[in-house]
Amino acid sequence: MKIEFKHQQSAHCENGVISNLMRHHGFDISEPLAFGIGSGLFFCYVPFIKVNHAPAFTYRALPGIIFKRFAKRVGIKIKREKFKDPKLAKVRLDENLNNNNPVGLQVGVYNLVYFPDDYRFHFNAHNLVVYGKEDQTYLISDPVMETVTTLTDKELEKVRFAKGAFAPKGQIYYPVDFPEKLKIQSAIVKGIKHTCKDMLAPMPLIGVKGIRYTARLIKKWPKTKGVKLANHYLGQIVRMQEEIGTGGGGFRYIYGAFLQEASGILNNPELEVLSKEITEIGDLWRDFALEASRIYKNRSAQVDAYVKVATQLEHIADREETFFKKLKKTI
Amino acid sequence: MKKEEVPQDESNIQSTNQKELCYAVGEDGKYTTALSSGWDPKTIALNNAIEEIQNRISNAKERVLNNQTSPIEFYMESHKMDLSILASYVGLWQWRVKRHFKPKVFQGLSNKMLQRYAEVFDVSLETLKDITLYKTPEIKNNTPDEN
Repeated sequence: MKIEFKHQQSAHCENGVISNLMRHHGFDISEPLAFGIGSGLFFCYVPFIKVNHAPAFTYRALPGIIFKRFAKRVGIKIKREKFKDPKLAKVRLDENLNNNNPVGLQVGVYNLVYFPDDYRFHFNAHNLVVYGKEDQTYLISDPVMETVTTLTDKELEKVRFAKGAFAPKGQIYYPVDFPEKLKIQSAIVKGIKHTCKDMLAPMPLIGVKGIRYTARLIKKWPKTKGVKLANHYLGQIVRMQEEIGTGGGGFRYIYGAFLQEASGILNNPELEVLSKEITEIGDLWRDFALEASRIYKNRSAQVDAYVKVATQLEHIADREETFFKKLKKTI
Repeated sequence: MKKEEVPQDESNIQSTNQKELCYAVGEDGKYTTALSSGWDPKTIALNNAIEEIQNRISNAKERVLNNQTSPIEFYMESHKMDLSILASYVGLWQWRVKRHFKPKVFQGLSNKMLQRYAEVFDVSLETLKDITLYKTPEIKNNTPDEN
């Protein structure tokens, strides 16, 4: 069976699933709105988790939490289920499809056959929608892809039961209960407040302070880690920033789009001004990535170059601190 | 980022004819979306990471052939895994997997245990024991300056 489902491409998978599922149920929620209300913007340095043999930096909130917060704030309910037994996971999926209910799934990327080889890493917090089944083939709407795609039941089982950090355990989720009217306005305010709190947290590895901490680390790397490792780590920051479903510069732009939309909904022109400001900060993140890429492209380890990118990052931290303080006051 | 600045560089996603969606500001100052074919700083970072993995694989291969480590380490690297990921796939403690890296320990493993690894790596028992039988799936590596 095939459920009438409108696929729309998005910049980030989790927002995209929220937005597409909400649209399916008749609520026009854009990707930026889902991202902003769910307080997706974040920064955290996670020294104890290693990804591809380099420390992890995350630019987003934990997997699944954007939808959780979004649901709570606008007043919908989501049903979530994890499975030990792949057979049961499949039965539950088929039941939902038979009931004409498209569902979100958390999956691992490594065995996702329609992804380019180079993008297939052991990253387990990817999200997609299943909207039908024909014979043994599932119809897939993966929000980061331009068009819909398919997976066989074997392929789908493999990605649903990928192992490692954030193992999806066959997680299935879908909205079940909708109020007559979504509480969009209060949800936006709550979402913004939460992001400000996160980014201005008085903790060394989180938010603006985390960005500063990272800048200090970068300055030290060429001395403490040697040329090769320092370049590898710097490359990792840029990859975490611009891809692997995370996005740093890109996230600033989605947030800018969110503030612009919010400005209209809340009738608050100041948010429009702040939207411009975060767009500028997004540009600075991109300049930082560009400068960093020059270092690891030439495999140079001139301490000067490292100090230069670290200074750029410190500047970003300063700008973001001012930005989030202003945003907090506005709301 | 302005809409006309959305990067259209060559990248690894083109192998599947895909483009990614970006948010950018249009001429009227309003946010809109645009498709990007890729961006060099990203592509270079990704290519470096892949090159690093290739180095790890060839290094592991050499050490297996010199009998310094067991084929398990080679297959682990070939599947872009690390110890913790492999351990969770085979359902063993990390220290046990690490112990299986020792050629002598590996020789003494039961077929049942070997089968668990073979399934995870999607190879036959013979191939698991003899890495020269393994055909590495080709990993494409398009650097941005080569067309």
